[in-house]
Amino acid sequence: MSDMQKTIEIEVLRYHPEKDKEPHRQVFEVPFTDDMSVLQGVQYIKDYLDGSLSFRWSCRMAICGSCGMMINGIPNLSCQTFLRDYYPARVRVEALAHFPIERDLVINMEGFIEKLESIQPYIIPKEERTLAQGEYLQTPEQLNAYEQFSSCINCLLCYAACPQFGLNSSFIGPAATALLHRYNVDSRDGGKAERMELINSEEGVFNCTAVGYCSEVCPKHVDPANAVNQNKTNSAADYFLRFLAPKGGAK
Amino acid sequence: MKAPLKRSNAPIFWALFGAGGMLSALLGPMLVFITGLAVPLGLLLPADTMSYPKMLAFAQNFIGKGFIFAIIALFLWHAAHRIFHSLHDIGIHAGTGAKLLCYGSAMLGTLIAAYALLAIGF
Ligand code: SF4
Ligand code: FES
Repeated sequence: MSDMQKTIEIEVLRYHPEKDKEPHRQVFEVPFTDDMSVLQGVQYIKDYLDGSLSFRWSCRMAICGSCGMMINGIPNLSCQTFLRDYYPARVRVEALAHFPIERDLVINMEGFIEKLESIQPYIIPKEERTLAQGEYLQTPEQLNAYEQFSSCINCLLCYAACPQFGLNSSFIGPAATALLHRYNVDSRDGGKAERMELINSEEGVFNCTAVGYCSEVCPKHVDPANAVNQNKTNSAADYFLRFLAPKGGAK
Repeated sequence: MKAPLKRSNAPIFWALFGAGGMLSALLGPMLVFITGLAVPLGLLLPADTMSYPKMLAFAQNFIGKGFIFAIIALFLWHAAHRIFHSLHDIGIHAGTGAKLLCYGSAMLGTLIAAYALLAIGF
């Protein structure tokens, strides 16, 4: 280590359920260079200071969505957040807000996985097609309708940003709604009526109070708030017009 | 498996909230200006714009009645919904009681407005 070596304090929220009654903070002194991300900072801690520190990561390039943390209270991908932007102040890293902590910075995402399954995140074909009928063709507009909502990496930053999810964890939430919308507006899909039951339900879009922070923190510009709001309109129309239309998934 | 989905009746409140929000955004500032500034200070408008006979005639006219009713009722429903949802933000985790209080007062205001407008005759 040269004399020029800068060090930064990283404060980590620790929690080992087998021995800690509740989460507590621990501060580490971490040598860093200007190109080091917060993720690399916590990796340094694990490699050299305390091997018991747990966190998730994989791609280190904002693709896999596994390294989300609260960084100074803001949900962010730790691999695309840089230590130099906090220096010389201390950086505080915590598990994503609004989720149960499994261990240190690792959250329990089972609730989200269930939601993801419940939206049927795959194309439900409108009709049976034979191979001979060939591939589906889509116009650029048809692609445009859903493309942005298909870039979600399930990082859950939007859930950590959503105060309504914080109050009611049964709310289907931003990313699941965006993904649901992605399939509903796909010209190849015929599963809208089934998925709308979820949108219309008490777990659905009306939990949202149009805060918009989800879209602000989204690293992939999915704009989940937009999907939620479009579906408030869809759902309200369905609510009032269902008596006119004989079909529709209304209960 | 999870409990079956129950349809939310939120669209009713959301629609009233949305309609009230739209109306207040479009007309609110103008109404504040007319009733709060222009008439009391005698700006722009004739001095008797809001005189009793004129306002009575307005409230007895069908369209005037509808206008007054929509303004009062929808503004109230908008406010009730906004206040109810803002309670969370100031740390009050509102339950059924707060819901009843918020939407109940909007309902009460709506009924009083309807009653008064009908009582005043045509
Ligand atoms: S919508 Fe954005 S913030 Fe939410 S999980 Fe997907 S990529 Fe992450
Ligand atoms: S490590 Fe994959 S998104 Fe950060």
